[in-house]
Amino acid sequence: MSFVSLINALPGDVAQGVIWGIMAIGVFLTFRILDFADLTVDGSLATGGAIAVVLILKGVPAPIALLAAFGTGVLAGLVTGLLHTLLGIPGILAGILTQIALYSVNLNILGGSNLAVNVNQYPLLVSLRYLPKTIIISVIFVAVIIGIMYWYFGTEQGSAIRAVGNNPAMSRAQGININLMKVIALALSNGFVALSGGLIAQYQGFADINMGRGAIVIGLAAVIIGEVIGHAIVGKRMNFVLRLTFVVIGAIIYYIVIGVVLWLKMPTNDLKLFTAIIVAIFLAVPYLKGQSQNSFRKAGKRGGSAR
Amino acid sequence: MMKVTNIHKTFNPGTINEKVALNGVDLTLEEGEFVTVIGGNGAGKSTLLNAVAGVWPVDEGTIEIDGVDVTGLCEYKRAAYLGRVFQDPMTGTAADMEIEENLALAARRGKSRGLKWGITKEEKERYYHLLKELDLGLEDRMTAKVGLLSGGQRQALTLLMATMQKPKLLLLDEHTAALDPKTAATVLDATEKVIKENNLTTMMVTHNMRDAIVHGNRLIMMNEGKIILNISGEEKKNLTIEDLLHKFEEVSGTEFTNDQAILS
Repeated sequence: MSFVSLINALPGDVAQGVIWGIMAIGVFLTFRILDFADLTVDGSLATGGAIAVVLILKGVPAPIALLAAFGTGVLAGLVTGLLHTLLGIPGILAGILTQIALYSVNLNILGGSNLAVNVNQYPLLVSLRYLPKTIIISVIFVAVIIGIMYWYFGTEQGSAIRAVGNNPAMSRAQGININLMKVIALALSNGFVALSGGLIAQYQGFADINMGRGAIVIGLAAVIIGEVIGHAIVGKRMNFVLRLTFVVIGAIIYYIVIGVVLWLKMPTNDLKLFTAIIVAIFLAVPYLKGQSQNSFRKAGKRGGSAR
Repeated sequence: MMKVTNIHKTFNPGTINEKVALNGVDLTLEEGEFVTVIGGNGAGKSTLLNAVAGVWPVDEGTIEIDGVDVTGLCEYKRAAYLGRVFQDPMTGTAADMEIEENLALAARRGKSRGLKWGITKEEKERYYHLLKELDLGLEDRMTAKVGLLSGGQRQALTLLMATMQKPKLLLLDEHTAALDPKTAATVLDATEKVIKENNLTTMMVTHNMRDAIVHGNRLIMMNEGKIILNISGEEKKNLTIEDLLHKFEEVSGTEFTNDQAILS
């Protein structure tokens, strides 16, 4: 349990954080912009990984395989969006249904429960064997995606999506087709998630049917940690690009924390439990803060002391 | 400009909560007509407005706006013809978006929303002058989030959003009911001004009998899903609150039991 091993693990933690940061941007899109808790991502992340690995094994260049991963993610988001808007299934349930369906789809794509791709035999974009290159490429991906997000959510259509997430009644009154906007946002979000899955699979050298399990919670952790830290650092000067940047930083911090936890020899079996507790705490703190400023118990005490 | 023919709407049909909200309403508004709509609670005032706005489909009857049959159009498609201000100041604007972004959303009502930039420089200039006319100091806070504004400011902004692209029909659903009396008067003045300047065809639902008498050039009273009184021209100008209460009793056979309407 030497300190050196902790430091040695740091570049790997950062690389993983940046790659998962792309996934977290997808979660940010639905959870924060659209106000929709989309559980599709647990499935679409693995779909992206599976598609990327299968195509790379067939000799398709890695960038094109990633593009295909993005495309399948878009399709997955489309399914959730149509289940929700066309068939009236509540959002969370629509996501769960797609996620479960994708489990079978992913098994079929992989032809088994996992599939390896060796970095020595195939030209992969990222790999845990080549961390500096991996970090640089992942950061470029993140920068391009943040750029696309900034542009898109400044357009008429992107503004309409933001309005839908903010106030559906107002959006309808302003002539916005809210169902269409929801479907577009879900498709785009899952596209990014699947792209991230394609990178994760290359990074770890295999795609696995369970690689997306709990992804939504990791995404939420990144979003929330990023928001807390962003608020502490830039406060009121927060803008859209910074918000997205802090989401990625949130993912990096998450993986550094996980690195520390592993270094402390916490059993890996308990990792998901640990993650869930962290996210629950971060989600609860803003609520409890509001409650403590606005509580009956304190009002009762104040009333008592005034008498 | 607007023609509503024999519309019916029943909520929760066949259940114990069945409620006939509109029971054969006919109403024609000429261009530039400003009608105030009054009636007791549950009389069908807001339901009539929602029927015109397309919040849900009517069970029977037709709705025409500017010669177009919109009965089969859903809410967001019908929005192209309409400007709307709601009772709750929170409903009409997007709180987490900037003032200018809200205006830009309204400027594109009824148009396709593509991948062009959501707000242009020329627009910002135009919004600056429009906001300045409101005289609430909002022109210097154009990039402030709407959630920071007071209820009155939000209603004034919603009114601007509803009217900046001249709508075929302006629907005001008790849009000053949630405001304090002074702010309500300011918003009503702004409403009156914008309607006059643009000669807007308007329906304004109100609980306040005096407002209903003072404003507009026509007044309708509703009861149990029907229009029971329709007054315009000279007759409306000479109307008093007492007259209205009498007429209500005459026509409906019951007493007008709405303290808010009588006391204000």
